[in-house]
Amino acid sequence: MTDVADRTERYVADFEAFARNGASGAPEWLREIREGAIARFAELGFPTTKQEEWRFTSVAPIAETPFQAARGHASRLPSPATLDTLSLGVGPRVVFVDGRYAPTLSTPEDLAGGVRAGSLAVALRTDAGGELARVHLARHARWRDSAFAALNTAFLADGAFVHVPADVTLERPLEVVFLSTGRVGSDGPVVSHPRSLIVVERGARAALVETYAGVSQGVYWTNAVTEVVVGEGAWAELYRVQREGPHSFQVATTHSRQERDSYLGLHVVTLGAALARHDINAVLDGPGAELILNGLYLLGGAQHADHHTVIDHAQPHCASHEFFNGVLAERAHGVFNGRIIVRPGAQRTDSKQTNNNLLLSTEARADSQPQLEIYADDVKCTHGSTVGPIDQMQLYYLRSRGLSPDAARSILTYGFGAEILDRMRHAELRDRLDHLVRARLS
Amino acid sequence: MTGKGKRERGKVLLEVRDLHASAEGREILRGVDLTVRAGEVHAIMGPNGSGKSTLAQVLAGHPAYAVTAGQVLYEGNDLLAMAPEARARAGVFLAFQYPVAIRGITNAYFLRAAVNAIRKHRGEVELGPVEFMDALEEKLKVIGWDSSYLTRPVNEGFSGGEKKRNEILQLAVLDPKLAILDETDSGLDIDALKTVAQTVDKLRRPDNATVLVTHYYRILTHIEPDVVHVLAGGRIVKSGGKELALELEEKGYDWLREEAVVA
Repeated sequence: MTDVADRTERYVADFEAFARNGASGAPEWLREIREGAIARFAELGFPTTKQEEWRFTSVAPIAETPFQAARGHASRLPSPATLDTLSLGVGPRVVFVDGRYAPTLSTPEDLAGGVRAGSLAVALRTDAGGELARVHLARHARWRDSAFAALNTAFLADGAFVHVPADVTLERPLEVVFLSTGRVGSDGPVVSHPRSLIVVERGARAALVETYAGVSQGVYWTNAVTEVVVGEGAWAELYRVQREGPHSFQVATTHSRQERDSYLGLHVVTLGAALARHDINAVLDGPGAELILNGLYLLGGAQHADHHTVIDHAQPHCASHEFFNGVLAERAHGVFNGRIIVRPGAQRTDSKQTNNNLLLSTEARADSQPQLEIYADDVKCTHGSTVGPIDQMQLYYLRSRGLSPDAARSILTYGFGAEILDRMRHAELRDRLDHLVRARLS
Repeated sequence: MTGKGKRERGKVLLEVRDLHASAEGREILRGVDLTVRAGEVHAIMGPNGSGKSTLAQVLAGHPAYAVTAGQVLYEGNDLLAMAPEARARAGVFLAFQYPVAIRGITNAYFLRAAVNAIRKHRGEVELGPVEFMDALEEKLKVIGWDSSYLTRPVNEGFSGGEKKRNEILQLAVLDPKLAILDETDSGLDIDALKTVAQTVDKLRRPDNATVLVTHYYRILTHIEPDVVHVLAGGRIVKSGGKELALELEEKGYDWLREEAVVA
């Protein structure tokens, strides 16, 4: 691995150009973070499968491709009709194309109740937005521990900024859409570094959607980071739908921090990309906080998707319920790693984790690894995982009720998805995702 | 072997002749003979391990059992040549001893899929969700359930008793010609047992038949059988009227084993 430096050098050089041009006008504190982040990226380099956290997922195809940073907009934006087919489209939306805000495709930034949903770059230039960003941006996602999060942070220029003020209820679900056009730059395929900062203040209620979608069959890379802060007593659901193009790469980190008595439902539906890695770090940072971490990956062809989740019970009396189901067809490979940390003093923690994988072919593969680290004594923690083909007893049971083998298999497969969909509280969003899941499985 | 002909006898629905079946290379059924006519209720009793559940599962088409000899005719057709779904569509229903849980699929969805599979086979119009729910209301009342059971995943997190009731709900909804109840009475409290028995009794008609596979006499105090059979060592060793069940209740099964050996 003598070329580790070569691989990172390209990005360091790109960063220097970015710092000279695109990054100008950013506040001083952000410039400092970026400088630190690129240095950290250069230090860490791309991970290899020799590292425990990357044992099942080789990012060599990403490291070996000369990606070039996406700058400015593609010459042509996707049409609103294209956008409609790729977004869930049940409320106002904020659209980014190759990581940059596309105001003509987005609904106005100011919504009822003082809710702001728009461009992070724009928000950074305002007093209130700038202050919120200073407090939260890059403060939660641990870019010092992750080369990819560091790279995203180094190139942090634009992304979604969503602010739901205290005690405000968001009437309609707000959708943030990151579209990749897959256009090719002068030196090769393009990488974008979408960034989201979502702040749901004390006592607020909101359902939010993050959609990542590709309109391209080509090679591109999306390297995303999302930070979500849920204030005291707030209630939030974040639906994250990944429908990147078939030859794309996606690496992402979602970091959530919950305060006292808050509720967060984080629903993850992974359908796209040739190679996807999603790290979810959820911190329960106030007593009485509740987290539902609910994920579904439906993969086929030679797709590879790796979900690494860390639920950090930092405070007592918190509950986390985590359910990830995978349906793997053809030569697909699903990886799930679920770590639960119960910190000293986090008594009365109630934590449950399950990961069930359905293998629809003999060549499909799933690796499932639970990791519990418990440093408190009065806790309830359970975990379980399964990997296997369609259960013969279930198949027989359905056939004994008159269903054909094909109909029975299709019902059993759909059940893996439906179990996850059932935990989504927003009926309209659940229905949209149900359609997506059915279409994918049929 | 088919009862005592106290009333006009229906046509033969099921005829089992010298049935041998094995699982994992071990022979469990060793020549079962059984004739069930329309309008009849048969009880098959016997000690644990006698082959009662194997017989029930072989009739439904369980893939783990291999039939090594013998014949089963259902309405004159070769039942063993039919796939499990073909048997169900032709009117055979097995209430499972251990009902299977299915994640993510609600009871309502599952029941409607089953009903429509059978309706489609019969050339009838398939029912939409609303029509189906209307039809279901009545059946739910019969087994003393509210509709909350319909929105729960099939048997997932159900207690033992709830699973058994759910089998009876399916029985009521699918309305088969031949119902085989495999130890549906085991593990039920007295109220649940009565509900099950009453439902089976209500569904009794001159054109259908029920085979109750049971270890206990208890359920037969609620459903009066026409014929009682004793299965031991993979064969029916004795058949008689309901008084045979009472005799078994008093004397247990050991005397039959001796009798079987002597025979």
